[in-house]
Amino acid sequence: MTDVIISNEGREQSAPQNADLRAAALRPVLETPRWWWPSVIVLTVLVLGGIAAWVYQVANGLGTAGYNDGAFWAIYEANLVTFIGVSYGGAVVSAILRLTHAAWRAPLTRIAEATALVTLPIGMVFIIPHLGDPSRIWELVWPPYWNLTSPILWDFFAVSTYLLATIVFFYLPLVPDAAIALETLEGEVPSTRVTVRKTLYRVLVGRFGGTPYEHRRLNGAIGLIAIMIIPMAVSVHSVLSFAFASSSRPGYMETILPVYFVVAALYSGVALVVLTVAASRKLFHLEAFVTPRHFVRLGFLMIAFGAAYLYLTFTEYLIDGYSGTAGASAWVYQIVAGRYAIPFWLYFVAGGIAPLFIMMFKRLRTTGGVVVASLLVVAALWIKRLVIVIPPATEPLVNSPLAKGGVLAGNWGTYHFTWVPISITVAATAAIPLLLLVVFRFFPILSVSEIEELAEEHGTQEVGA
Amino acid sequence: MTTRHDNELVAEEDAGREELTAAAVTIGRRGLLRAAALGSLGVGVLGALTETLAAAAEPATTTPSGPVKQWCMIIDLRLCNGCKVCTTACQTAHYLHEDQTWMNVYTMTNAAGENYFMPRPCQMCEDPACVPVCPVGANFRTPEGLTLVDQSKCIGTRICMNACPYDARYFNWSDPVPAPRQPFKQEPEWPVPQVKGTVGKCIDCAAMLPTGQLPECVTNCPMGVLYFGDLTSDAAVNGMGATIKISTYLAENDAMVFKEEYGTHPRVYYIPGHGQDLNNNPSA
Repeated sequence: MTDVIISNEGREQSAPQNADLRAAALRPVLETPRWWWPSVIVLTVLVLGGIAAWVYQVANGLGTAGYNDGAFWAIYEANLVTFIGVSYGGAVVSAILRLTHAAWRAPLTRIAEATALVTLPIGMVFIIPHLGDPSRIWELVWPPYWNLTSPILWDFFAVSTYLLATIVFFYLPLVPDAAIALETLEGEVPSTRVTVRKTLYRVLVGRFGGTPYEHRRLNGAIGLIAIMIIPMAVSVHSVLSFAFASSSRPGYMETILPVYFVVAALYSGVALVVLTVAASRKLFHLEAFVTPRHFVRLGFLMIAFGAAYLYLTFTEYLIDGYSGTAGASAWVYQIVAGRYAIPFWLYFVAGGIAPLFIMMFKRLRTTGGVVVASLLVVAALWIKRLVIVIPPATEPLVNSPLAKGGVLAGNWGTYHFTWVPISITVAATAAIPLLLLVVFRFFPILSVSEIEELAEEHGTQEVGA
Repeated sequence: MTTRHDNELVAEEDAGREELTAAAVTIGRRGLLRAAALGSLGVGVLGALTETLAAAAEPATTTPSGPVKQWCMIIDLRLCNGCKVCTTACQTAHYLHEDQTWMNVYTMTNAAGENYFMPRPCQMCEDPACVPVCPVGANFRTPEGLTLVDQSKCIGTRICMNACPYDARYFNWSDPVPAPRQPFKQEPEWPVPQVKGTVGKCIDCAAMLPTGQLPECVTNCPMGVLYFGDLTSDAAVNGMGATIKISTYLAENDAMVFKEEYGTHPRVYYIPGHGQDLNNNPSA
């Protein structure tokens, strides 16, 4: 990169010019690997399958999704929490590590922010199959219908605000990268692909000229959003928990629930970032920038949240099981020893203990080990969300279990998994890699300007670049 | 819906009061329904003008013959034999699926291990937990103290089912039972047929009350377990024709409300008698 199109004087002189870095960041944009189209087609088919299942559900009622009056909330509500939860990884890796000046974050931020950008809307989409009558969903955005005392409406406001912040948080660090990408693309042979990208980058760059002053202002703005997005992220999952907790239902009416939800979201969010970073590293050959050390550090961050989550689970069940009301005790016993014991202990072993165990030993703490741990966490935390959502919704409130002669008695409702919600869940899961492939088709996969800046400050060794 | 009530109250007030106190449903029920339907038609012909005038002439809180009625139900658990005729009558009248037990009869066990039966209609709480949680305001409370669902607004979040401590709400998970043409139009006071993807619940047969008829469950209970009445006139009547003075009856029979500690202030009063503990509930 010798000819600098964008005037960038102050920076260009000192920042290390890393041609490898810039090429790697734009490789997914410019090259189509052999696996790209087949993957996109398979994932699209899965997504379309989910949409077809949803159409079937709309035509035949929510009963086709296994719901009934004895289990009024179940898989869609759990998925809503799960998918919005995993979007927290972006906020954590990017915002928290930025605020704590952890230089090693640099090669990960773009991937983490893209993961957040992609998973949050997928989570929000679960509002649609969740509703009994999705044709009237517009009432949620039409103020005359708003009932401001409703926790669901608070959710809607909180998540929408967070989505906006996530988009801005993805966009701002992209501005200098788009300028760099534009500069790189000047050397490319003109083609439709290049022209489209150039137009896009020009729009993104706007009037950003790359002067030191502009960089300072931009970094100030990013810092501000990074600060704002943390309380926003905390509020989203807290408010999401209010929809459950603002009731008198045993198992939902827990003051611990907001904290519990936030920590679970951070835990699973970091785990998903590990997975997307690992996949991107492999598929787009980022080994030179994303090193095994990154995975170990992310792994430590993950199990810090994991340990906190185990602790919260323990306190919640201990207190409710030991001294809770009849209904709360019945709910705890059903989870630890009753009809919900298998999924709960599955979470406990796979999502609670195993990741800690993997990170505890140096020989297991490899890239592969961290990836396995993260896979376990993401899957187990989905199961845990089912264990959070379903048991209270199935507990009978009138003919109480204790009145029927024991904590495990009573006419508990049953949720039946059917192909409809399973197809929709598979579709949502497939939508994550699909949308990420599309995002990295258009935007540099590495935060080039951030990496260069931090490499200059801390040395390439620390950043990994 | 208040204007409708007002109009019909004007027309049917005296008849309604007589029936409540005399307690005999002397006029054929269907005949009366038909008459009421014709009456509504007449109002329709006269047009919105009459309704507007009537609404303007009367403050929202009173009717010509006194304060707005405050409906309540008294359930004498000593008499219930668990025959579930009330449930069936309700489901027939409102064209409900078999598992939509708006009036549900629970088989409970008392401290001695004996079974007794507990009918559970909507408790028509004065401070209902279900109303504030709805994001689109589909739940509301009428001036007569009935909590109703506007199924033309309901989007089916089911958060009201989460909020209700009495499990009194039932969702329409599939297409509703088809219903023939009804004497009342589909409205919160008479949600027949039900609407797929929305929540339904006991309405105390709200549309029938202004015509002086008792709710279906009360009319059909062969044991006289269920009393229906008005707190402002302090009188209630059961399907057997017995009339009671509410205040005296509640006091003399140690009436209680279900899950009092929730602060929902239900307007369904239970008369215990089997040593049952009504407040032995899951989350007390």
